Amino acid sequence: MADDKITEDAVQEGTDHKEISVAEFFEKNKHLLGFENPQKSIITVVKEAVDNSLDACEEEEILPEVQVLIDDLGNDKSRVEIRDNAIGLSREQIPKVFGKLLYGSKFHKLQQSRGQQGIGISASAMYAQLTTGEPVTVYSKQEGEPCHKFVVRIDTEKNEPEILEDEVVDPESDEFPGEKDYYFDHGTTIEMNIEAKYTRGHHSVRNYLKHTAIMNPYARVVLQEPDGNKIEYPRVSRELPERPKEIKPHPHGVELGVMLRMVDNSDARTISSFLQNEFTRVGRTSAEKVCGEADIDTGRRPNTLSKDETEQILDAAQEVDLQSPPTDCLSPLGEDLMLKGLKKELNPEYSTAVTRKPTVYQGNPFQVEVGLAWGGDIDEEGSFNELRYANKVPLLYKKSACVTTKAIEDVSWNRYNISQTGNRPQGPLYISIHIASVWVPFTSEGKEAVANYDLIRKEMKLALQEAGRKLGKYLKRKERKQVQEEKKRKLTSYAKEMGPAIAQLADEGDSDKIEDQIQAMVQADYNPEQL
Amino acid sequence: MPKKDLANDESTLDRLTRLGRKLRGQLEDEDEENLTIDTRVRSKSNVEYDEEEGRLSLGDSYSTRKFLNISHARKFMQTTLVANKTKELIENGRTASIREVYYQLKHSVPGLDENTFEDQDESNNVVVDIETATGAIREDLHLFAEPKGRLFGPITINDSGDRIDCMNMGTSGLAIPSIVDHFEFEDVNADFVLVVETSAMVNRLVEEDFHSEHNAILIGTGGQPARGSRRLINMMHNELDLPVYVFTDGDPWGYYIYSVLKSGSMSLAFQSDRLATPDAKLIGMTMEDIDEYDLEHVTEDLKGKSEDSGGPTKDFKRIQDVMEYDWMQNDQWQKQFQKMLDKGVRVEQQALASQSLEFVANTYLPEKIENREFLD
Repeated sequence: MADDKITEDAVQEGTDHKEISVAEFFEKNKHLLGFENPQKSIITVVKEAVDNSLDACEEEEILPEVQVLIDDLGNDKSRVEIRDNAIGLSREQIPKVFGKLLYGSKFHKLQQSRGQQGIGISASAMYAQLTTGEPVTVYSKQEGEPCHKFVVRIDTEKNEPEILEDEVVDPESDEFPGEKDYYFDHGTTIEMNIEAKYTRGHHSVRNYLKHTAIMNPYARVVLQEPDGNKIEYPRVSRELPERPKEIKPHPHGVELGVMLRMVDNSDARTISSFLQNEFTRVGRTSAEKVCGEADIDTGRRPNTLSKDETEQILDAAQEVDLQSPPTDCLSPLGEDLMLKGLKKELNPEYSTAVTRKPTVYQGNPFQVEVGLAWGGDIDEEGSFNELRYANKVPLLYKKSACVTTKAIEDVSWNRYNISQTGNRPQGPLYISIHIASVWVPFTSEGKEAVANYDLIRKEMKLALQEAGRKLGKYLKRKERKQVQEEKKRKLTSYAKEMGPAIAQLADEGDSDKIEDQIQAMVQADYNPEQL
Repeated sequence: MPKKDLANDESTLDRLTRLGRKLRGQLEDEDEENLTIDTRVRSKSNVEYDEEEGRLSLGDSYSTRKFLNISHARKFMQTTLVANKTKELIENGRTASIREVYYQLKHSVPGLDENTFEDQDESNNVVVDIETATGAIREDLHLFAEPKGRLFGPITINDSGDRIDCMNMGTSGLAIPSIVDHFEFEDVNADFVLVVETSAMVNRLVEEDFHSEHNAILIGTGGQPARGSRRLINMMHNELDLPVYVFTDGDPWGYYIYSVLKSGSMSLAFQSDRLATPDAKLIGMTMEDIDEYDLEHVTEDLKGKSEDSGGPTKDFKRIQDVMEYDWMQNDQWQKQFQKMLDKGVRVEQQALASQSLEFVANTYLPEKIENREFLD
């Protein structure tokens, strides 16, 4: 797993090789962390904070309010402020979350969340520190508690927070930044100065937030750009998607590194109970089968296992038939919210959404949902627009490497009345694809594209086809209707020419009456619903 | 010019009125949901070759034009306009060119971004539809086309009271109008009719005085013959009992011109009895002429690709098409085409000039006629 790979590298570098500072670690890995250039870095900073905010809100079933303010400080520096109305952080948590690289609650948990994708907000703090030399400021308030203000640096030698200021502020006083009308009884605000290049276009903060807004229609997001321009992405639903349940790993979906760590951390007295307690879908019989297959005594203490023996057990588990993992650990957006998101941000003429049933891939449950938006305010020109999401987080980069793009190209769009150039659909079309999973298989550690696994591609293709059929039906109906209307328009005009001609040709009858008779015939023939 | 009253006027008016009443009847009939006009199918599928008569005729396939069918509607509207216009012409004793009819009827359709007719082809097609729908031919409908083709020779023609001596037509000849049914032939001193494909060859023969030296009526068709020329040739053959010889280029296009003169054309198959001359013979150019008159060096390669090298296209395609027509299924013709394919060449009438300018008039044609060397 990519997350854990970085984690382990860091752990090793942090323990065994103390001489390598976290600053060096950051420098070495910044391409994986999303900080390779100033344009991307500002997106990453916003993304990490917004993802955290949305996750934190959803966890406590709070309707999210997120505000992003960006000021240009000159000299390629920007001040970024992100504020949310989530539950807030305790005084003890604050310095660790922002002042210690790779601290986070999500690494050891198998639950669908956004944060899985990122490296944590502390990397942003690190970036700020390395590019501007300035610490980050955090305000956080929990309900009924005072508002804490911290100014934190990362001690890059020790990877420990260095607290420069720690005080309680009155959120309604001038000490608290920003607009007073944007204040909640709980929430977190972070402020940092970073080297950044604020741009518009596909790869931009604005586009990232727009994509986020489409996928999170129950959130209200406000962006204030450096030029003062304010964009509000409104909330259109007060309904949150169902909370995902936590899930233990399934033996078929776990990798050796994780397994080793699980063994290390386990308090279990026997391998059998370790397997039963730490994994889902492993009972006593299965545990015995696994040990039998691995030829290792079920009664041994887990912490006596060597690395090779652990691997033996893991390999053995792959050979044993186990029930598929439960899928209630997934939290898809759902067709209804998917539609709401597309409608509010794109204002299409027609939209449709399909949420597939959960499926299991190598012990990992996942679920695919797609949305199509057509016409209306969507630009008519050129190729379709793609919206890619993993666990509701927009993916803006490496589109061509992503399974979504492959799945789109697998579909015969022209069967749904949508023209194609090569394999790619054309016209005023947005295709939104979301994969929800406890563990999304990314192509690389940069976590920007989902790997092209057959089963995932197949699920996406099926979802796209189902949605495509609905759109195709709509387009066909519309086209028929247009044809019928055009026909009626023409015949009505022709009738005016024909009335007098037929009357004279027949040497009998009245021109007007004949025209009326033809018009009646045309009207009787007109049927816009005809399919 | 006096008003034109044709013998058929009454029956033509009757045919047109019947068409109008049929449409009105459909409107009055509550069970009828559409307006329809039946026209005869004028494509290859409905053309038959009558071996006995030696000409094409139209089969009994009808196609029904339906007003409520969007692909027919425009043509349907056009048909009522043109039919009504021709009725008006007959009633007023006037004739009009098909181009005039086009301009008379062309106007923008109210409420639509289109005209009643966008080009003359549209109205021309509608005229043929009306011919097959009513059974009245274009001439009966008081419609004529631009003159095409010219005539020289020892014959006097009475056209509406004017006597035209076709031996005194200078170098231009009598322009053959599209309606010739009213022509009366007087003072005929001709032995045969020679139909010539190219205008240049007509000029050559006139300059050599071929028509007077050989008592020949020369008719230049200027390529594919128009209705007027075809009708005139048919009349001269039937009324004056003159043999008809056709002189074309030695290529599939030339031979098809001959076939149209002899058997009729597919699009006007319903009028073959008036337009075709089954007794017409081809005098040249034949593939044998190439050897006989030492023309090898003045032949031209067939254009396009043969069947063996990715074709057939262009000339090769045309040869294949024409070879397959029912009325080309006799050995003589198949042999001509096969030779053409084998040699891979075509030979033009003008190629005879390689001998001398007067060779065609003094040697080639007289020898052929003397020896009765024709293809039939």
